[in-house]
Amino acid sequence: MVDLTTSCGGIVSPNPFWLASAPPANSGAQIQRAFDAGWGGAVWKTLGKPIQNVSSRFGAITWKGNGGVGFNNIELITDRPLEVNFREIYETKKKYPKHAVIVSLMVETEAEWKDIIKRSEDAGADGLELNFGCPHGMCERGMGSAVGQEPKVNERITGWARGYAKVPVLVKLTPNVSDIIPHGMAAKRGGAHGVSLINTIKSIIGVDIDNFVPYPSVGKASTNGGYCGAAVRPIALHMTAALARHREFGLPISGIGGVTNWRDAVEFLLLGAANVQVCTEVMLRGYRIVEDMIEGLSTYMVKHKFNSVSDMVGKAIPGYSEWGNLDMNYETVAKINADKCIGCQLCMVACDDGAHQCIHPNKDAAIRVPVIDESECVGCNLCQIVCPVEGCITMQKVENGFAPASWNDHAEKGAVLRPKKGAH
Amino acid sequence: MTTTTISPERSEAVFEDFKPAYTLQQAKVEANRCLYCYDAPCITACPTEINIPEFIRRIASGNVEGSAKTIFESNILGMSCARVCPVEVLCVGSCVYNHMDVPPIQIGRLQRFSTDTAFEKDWQFFQAGPDTGKSVGLIGAGPASLSAAHRLRRLGHKVTIYDKANTIGGLNTTGVAPYKLRADASMAEIDWVRKIGGVEFQLGVDIPAKLSWAELEKRHDALFLGFGLGPDSALDVPGKTLKGVRGAVDFIAEMKLTRMSFDGVKHVAIIGGGNTAIDVVREMLGLAAAGGTSIESVTMVYRGVEDGMSGYAHEWSEAKDEGAHAAWQTLPVAFEGTSKVEGIKCVKLDANKKPIAGTDHTIPAQLVLLAVGQSKLGALVAGLDGVKVEKGAIVADAHGATGRPGVYAGGDCANGGKEVVNAVAEGRDAALAMDAFLKKGGRHG
Repeated sequence: MVDLTTSCGGIVSPNPFWLASAPPANSGAQIQRAFDAGWGGAVWKTLGKPIQNVSSRFGAITWKGNGGVGFNNIELITDRPLEVNFREIYETKKKYPKHAVIVSLMVETEAEWKDIIKRSEDAGADGLELNFGCPHGMCERGMGSAVGQEPKVNERITGWARGYAKVPVLVKLTPNVSDIIPHGMAAKRGGAHGVSLINTIKSIIGVDIDNFVPYPSVGKASTNGGYCGAAVRPIALHMTAALARHREFGLPISGIGGVTNWRDAVEFLLLGAANVQVCTEVMLRGYRIVEDMIEGLSTYMVKHKFNSVSDMVGKAIPGYSEWGNLDMNYETVAKINADKCIGCQLCMVACDDGAHQCIHPNKDAAIRVPVIDESECVGCNLCQIVCPVEGCITMQKVENGFAPASWNDHAEKGAVLRPKKGAH
Repeated sequence: MTTTTISPERSEAVFEDFKPAYTLQQAKVEANRCLYCYDAPCITACPTEINIPEFIRRIASGNVEGSAKTIFESNILGMSCARVCPVEVLCVGSCVYNHMDVPPIQIGRLQRFSTDTAFEKDWQFFQAGPDTGKSVGLIGAGPASLSAAHRLRRLGHKVTIYDKANTIGGLNTTGVAPYKLRADASMAEIDWVRKIGGVEFQLGVDIPAKLSWAELEKRHDALFLGFGLGPDSALDVPGKTLKGVRGAVDFIAEMKLTRMSFDGVKHVAIIGGGNTAIDVVREMLGLAAAGGTSIESVTMVYRGVEDGMSGYAHEWSEAKDEGAHAAWQTLPVAFEGTSKVEGIKCVKLDANKKPIAGTDHTIPAQLVLLAVGQSKLGALVAGLDGVKVEKGAIVADAHGATGRPGVYAGGDCANGGKEVVNAVAEGRDAALAMDAFLKKGGRHG
């Protein structure tokens, strides 16, 4: 069995899978069940001055009958008494000493931060996560993303937390910024041991088109909420990688945003996350999803001969470059495997209307396998993306005889580029 | 107009749908599986060329009304076709998922969902065009004429449909297997189609015996021949007039419209190997299964081998699931009995369909249904010069035009006997051709 033990900013857990601070990590009973199911850690639902929530709270994007491809919520931090939360943290840690319990916090004044940090540590927290990300409700009260969007405030409050905390401090960042770097750097200057990202994205998930109220409707009105779920993963991967490859950052990252299975988790790890946190998929399918995450990750690590999770962290970072450094002379064309083709011709209509008009009907009308004009194919991948048959359309490298040359090479040193395709 | 009343107690009422209706939920799940192929093979496979991927996408998007509109735009009898089409060999059989070994989209059931919903909500999509002052007479009140008449009304022409029978809908009302479409559903469809207004019927009119072609041409600017096929073909063997020996199509019509008695019938034999034979086998099995009869066995008697049946393999397979069995390579040589049939004297046939000596045997049967084809009615047009008849079928081009200007034809009387959906397509296309003809000021004769 592969050892999946992971450390993120000094917080050690038996595997890299943590529950994110959210409804699945709302209570001790829940988190203990999650640990039994196999989760390595849990970030307790944010503690602060308990709030009162509205009804309803969640909205979702449904695609082809699948609810929750994208998800949004207008729920706030914990609504349970703090003493109950702390008692349950204590009980959970006592029962599961090897699992990581991180307590998410969100309060206003320095005195409040000092008090809540002490009580968290007294209860047995392995780490703290400062919630500077919540983009709805709490930010209207000067907390959450209102903090995360102001590097100076972020740095100051992080500094307070570091000053009072004995356990590692992670800063949870909001994606509702134009560039994540200054915000990661602010946390670093404040003394954070690591960052968690992304929190949810400010969003309106949809509109009740018969009653003219956005979702999730609270009577005759709604408000913007936090967007999450599988659909946000690309945004989270980018922000994770942007920080991971930044020369001066260097802190561990707890990757969050659209992790639904082991494969998604591997993507985060390869782009520099030390571990991952999961909420939406657990909300939709339950704690049991972690079984496949553990097994899938283990199998993957054996296949790639990774001895520990940390071995794979950031493996894809060298492959994340600037556009100007990409090899302009690398050329691919689409190939259709006629034996696999089912004749749906989705590639043809997509290429015709959405790309470069280089997939044509077979001259023999009885044959529905389309024909690719490779002299016009720009290698865009669109046909491969729409093809419903796995492995039917492949993008194959063309040996065109041109030495690798990037746009920067061309602009700076006059490197020779191959002739353009499809630009007429 | 007098129409035949359909008894609620009629025999076909015991049948339930072989393919049950989808709920909205089920329809959405199935619709979401559709790949939305480009230039989709299912459209090509549909004689009426319904834009199938489009109507399915509309179900998935929650636009069921638009979905139904897409169907009816191509096929005004889309409700009955959804039920009676042999989709296994048409749209569903051509679904690209078949090449992926993934279950094909259940297009018929989705089409039924949309069209049933349209009827339930009484959505109306079409209105009669501005009056052109032209009039078309349609002979036969079956699917071909109904389809043609509706399209002609959309284009503003007056239409009158004539039928010898007192029932509207032709085989859709009197001939379709009740586990696909019952007579009351066919009548409901006709009521819905007629809501375009101005579709006149003259029923119980025997053409040309009681109303001559010359008179019809005087009344109308164009004619559409859609009178279908004639009575069941008989089997010319001794005992053919015994009571209890009758044509399958005639029998089905009686079962669909009235309550039949099967007193004294223990064994039923169906002679033939086509789709009508399979239908009637399944119908007899269903009636027997419903109880209240003395029927003990239902046997198909066919002169060929199982693989050589002209009926659809999927239909026969379903019949077998329901308990059908057959006497293969068996030729009836006489019906036995005194006044009522009691059995069929048969002989076995070899691979070349030649009788094998010494194989005489008797299959007991108190009811014998002949499903060996229907006669063709081409001779009816004897008085219409220029209209050609080949092998009993009216000769018509791809637009339904016969050799006589202004006279068009479609459906079974022209195609020799195909599916309802072929009749609908031919009626629709003939209507478009008639419209062009009439707008050019054309007149028959």
